[in-house]
Amino acid sequence: MTPNRVPRTAVAAIAMLIATAMAARAEEPIKVGLVAALSGGSAKSGEGITRGLSVAIDEINASGGLLGRKLELVRRDDESNPAKGQIAARELIDQEKVAAIFGGIDSPVSLAIVPIANQSKAPYFSVWAAATNITRNGANPNFIFRVSAVDVLVDKALANHAMKAYQAKKLGLILVNNPWGESNEKGLTAAAKERGIAVAGIEKFEESDVDMVAQLTRLKSAGADTLVLVGNAAPGAQVMKSLQRTGWQVPVVSHWGVSGGRFPELAGPGAQKVEFIQTYSFFGPQNAVGKKVIEELKAKYPDIKGPADVVPPVGVADAYDAMHLVALAITQAGSADGDKMRQALESLGRYDGLIKSYDHPFSAENHDALGENDYIMVHYVGNQIEPVAN
Amino acid sequence: MALALVSGIALGSMYGLLALGFYVTYSVSGTVNFAQGSSMMLGAVLCYSFAVTLGWAPVISIALALLLCAAWGLLVERIAVRPFAARGSNGWLMATVALGIILENATLFLFGKEPRNYPSVLADMPVDIAGVPVLPLQLAIPMAGLVIAFGLHLVARHTRLGKALLAVMQNPDAARLMGIDVTRAVAGCYAVSTAFAGIAGILIAPLFNVSSDMGTLFGVKAFAVAIIGGITSPWGVVLAGFSYGILEAIITALAGSAYTQVLTFAAVIVALTLMPNGLLGRAGTKKV
Repeated sequence: MTPNRVPRTAVAAIAMLIATAMAARAEEPIKVGLVAALSGGSAKSGEGITRGLSVAIDEINASGGLLGRKLELVRRDDESNPAKGQIAARELIDQEKVAAIFGGIDSPVSLAIVPIANQSKAPYFSVWAAATNITRNGANPNFIFRVSAVDVLVDKALANHAMKAYQAKKLGLILVNNPWGESNEKGLTAAAKERGIAVAGIEKFEESDVDMVAQLTRLKSAGADTLVLVGNAAPGAQVMKSLQRTGWQVPVVSHWGVSGGRFPELAGPGAQKVEFIQTYSFFGPQNAVGKKVIEELKAKYPDIKGPADVVPPVGVADAYDAMHLVALAITQAGSADGDKMRQALESLGRYDGLIKSYDHPFSAENHDALGENDYIMVHYVGNQIEPVAN
Repeated sequence: MALALVSGIALGSMYGLLALGFYVTYSVSGTVNFAQGSSMMLGAVLCYSFAVTLGWAPVISIALALLLCAAWGLLVERIAVRPFAARGSNGWLMATVALGIILENATLFLFGKEPRNYPSVLADMPVDIAGVPVLPLQLAIPMAGLVIAFGLHLVARHTRLGKALLAVMQNPDAARLMGIDVTRAVAGCYAVSTAFAGIAGILIAPLFNVSSDMGTLFGVKAFAVAIIGGITSPWGVVLAGFSYGILEAIITALAGSAYTQVLTFAAVIVALTLMPNGLLGRAGTKKV
């Protein structure tokens, strides 16, 4: 059958069908996924990330969306459970066809999703979880990016703070017994060695432990002069309650896991003495983006009256910048295809973001947009997270 | 070290209290509610909701929470144990676990997704005992365990009710012929058993936090304790609870937390090998 023997009407009809299908496709939103803790002791972290992403998505949609399509967020609760996180990630990639997935607070969940994302060529953005080997995972090509702190660098910053603020000479490490705790055990031991200070002891606790008195007693008798805490809000609170029972007056510097839940409520008065790390504070002078984001948050969420109510700040800020970087990549790639997005991300130019002005945030070798100089130390004042006065 | 021991005893009494719940139903009906951990959570969540969310008086909140726990026990027995036990099936094993999971997920919806803090005057200021700071609540928990074990001992040995219940255990059919309402006796034991779990939940809440999954690990450890104690002896169960809690604390303090779970559960296996009937349990007579 030669082409000119095909009835013209049939050709026209097929062309029409294809055109309609393509138009419908253009109308379809580009979906981005979130797999994070939306329930349990770190539920606040998932809520913070959701808010950061939502505000950025609203901005992008208000200015016409991406490639003529609207952006849409699809959320799944991983309940801080790696297996549930994997199931959710597979579902988002296979059924929802998301362009990219954002991750939550739990490093073990992120580490479980990393191989899935790399196999499926789906860009995965950590906007909280800090375990070093999430982005530095040995895969090539690597589809895992991060706009958040990295444990190796956080550990250096925590050691610096302990030495500067408390003249620490012997660190007592009290760490959660999971891959995230392990990541920091390596980082903190190395950081202490580099700085010529000692590690008096390394103690672990389980997520669901009630009482850490025995571990703290060991650290005390080993002569620790400053404690470094790595754990999420609920078990972190049990550490502080146990510390209070022992009556041991010792400074506590902490990774940021404690800011992912109701730490001040759960830990009681002990919460206020913990100094921990964040990537951003909505207090103090803000850049133009900061002012804009606070106004947008206030308009969208009635419970936010001012900077103090933006909790946890790290979740909101990291997610906001990460969403914009993903949007820039989609625009630059002209497509929401995973591999094209990865290449675009690795060659992005300048972006004036909330946390800072990013200049070539990622490269083929470096998938971490934030570095040591982007961290600040904060503490709880009541329920609010405020920078530590130096 | 003394501090760690105080903590260990308080936690051990918690395991003992939960395990007493296993003892009560097992000694009368040969079945247990495997979801004791969820029942414990129910007590804590209800008490928190009444006392903190609704602001009711503590006494009323505690009484009502325990009453509702007992009612939950009746329900567990009615729908997850009785139908299976009547047919001589072991289906209650899975059915009680399933009911516990349903309860935990329902709580997740109704109570909320975040753990909450349950403040208590008994867990505020430590008192000094021989140079060791101890929270009043840490003293109250072992007391509660001992008082309940003593009460159970008295009931079982010296009351008509206790004798009737022991009769049910020995031979349900004969007991029924003697005019003992076996069905009600078993149901009653389930109510008492979940109420014990509720007490445990309310006692631990101020030291821990209140959340839908707070009971899971406790439930597992309590079952280990019940088995070690010899599930048919209240004193054995309480003693096993203390030992387990103290062992955990000592291992953590001496060997370090990395070894706690490995060594305590290894000790459980050793204990069962050396004393197959538990610390104070008696060997069941096997009829051939």
